[in-house]
Amino acid sequence: MRDEAEAMFQRGWTDGLPVVPPTKARVLAMLEGTTRQPEEVIALTPPNLAECTVEKVAINAVLAGCRPEYLPVVLAAVEAVCTDDFNMHGIIATTMGVGPVLVVNGPIAQRIGMNSGINALGQGNRANLTIGRALQLVIRNVGGGRPGEVDRATHGSPAKLSFCFAEDEAGSPWTTLAEDRGFDPGTDVITVFCGEAPRIVVDQTSRSADSLVRSLAEGLRSAVSSRVVVGMDAMLVVSPEHAARFRDAGWDRTRFMNELSTHLMVEADSILAGTDCIEEGLPEDFAGLTLPKFRPGGLLVVHAGGPAGLFSAIVGGWLNGPMGSEPTSWEIKQ
Amino acid sequence: MNEATRTETMLLDPTSEAVPSSQALSPRKDSLKGLTVGLLDISKPRGDVFLDRLGDHLVRQGVTVARFSKPTFTKPAPFDLRQEIATTCDAVIEALAD
Repeated sequence: MRDEAEAMFQRGWTDGLPVVPPTKARVLAMLEGTTRQPEEVIALTPPNLAECTVEKVAINAVLAGCRPEYLPVVLAAVEAVCTDDFNMHGIIATTMGVGPVLVVNGPIAQRIGMNSGINALGQGNRANLTIGRALQLVIRNVGGGRPGEVDRATHGSPAKLSFCFAEDEAGSPWTTLAEDRGFDPGTDVITVFCGEAPRIVVDQTSRSADSLVRSLAEGLRSAVSSRVVVGMDAMLVVSPEHAARFRDAGWDRTRFMNELSTHLMVEADSILAGTDCIEEGLPEDFAGLTLPKFRPGGLLVVHAGGPAGLFSAIVGGWLNGPMGSEPTSWEIKQ
Repeated sequence: MNEATRTETMLLDPTSEAVPSSQALSPRKDSLKGLTVGLLDISKPRGDVFLDRLGDHLVRQGVTVARFSKPTFTKPAPFDLRQEIATTCDAVIEALAD
């Protein structure tokens, strides 16, 4: 080959960005990151339901630029998305611009240098970026999920390159996302959520917890569409400065979620099809009902972000539950 | 690096290494008369409107119509549903989207 980088583009192995050549030496070094055997089949990878071995994940992790110590996280991510509940097949095939959003909890996040602070959802951190990218490359290369083929996204999203971050556990006033989802404190866990790119909710004025929770709820009510209730989930990434309002008020996670829920009730009459001259909306038989914006458990709350900034971030979801995708948490094992 | 000093690098394959297989389409029907045609609704909004209309046209042409629907459009049709269609219908029409 005259140029490795060009050869890998020509073979269709990349997501559009250059990749690291997966030489035997690099792949062997990558495999040092796990105790699992290279030939172990860890998943059937959609859309082609191709068998995915630890070795194939390692090769794609090299392509993505991972360090060996990231490999256990990538393996757990692959296992988590390749479940019937998460429905990666549908997430690839949908015209909606959604993809797997990865949140890491537990001591491994710090140990491998993940970012949960300044610019946590953005660029600049190798572990965050390459873990998310490695998962997408596995889906592309092993599963065969490529844009324009089975991937039919209308717009797609920059987040489909990689969307992976760690929760800021040490600075959080609350129990962690993983604990909320039933794991013991200190367990290394990855949670996968089918979501779009993040958007910011600005509230630079609220000084009371009550005002801020109402403000966040108002932002959340428009997640995906103000006219969609119950059927799609969301993730709320609360920044440290916003979280401080709730810490100061003595609100634990349960209190915060309960207060938020009360402000996320929607009068169906306001979003019936045809109201405000908008044809999208609920059928007439929902008239008179009050409905929750999110189903029980359909709002995932994570604490992350830099120490300054009165913003939180909303990640809108996709069809939830058995009809679409179920958020899935998976223990990360070495 | 010039040609004289270039060394070959072996790269490991990140793909499944599966080779796509191709299958011939079933023989096309000359006529729909007397046949059973399955109408598969993938459960997207208004797919039923399209298939109702199509069904009316087919019935007027003497076709027996059998209706099927996927539990959700976000997942592949379950194996049992595909089997049922394959064993009870001569042809199938799928309403893909809204």
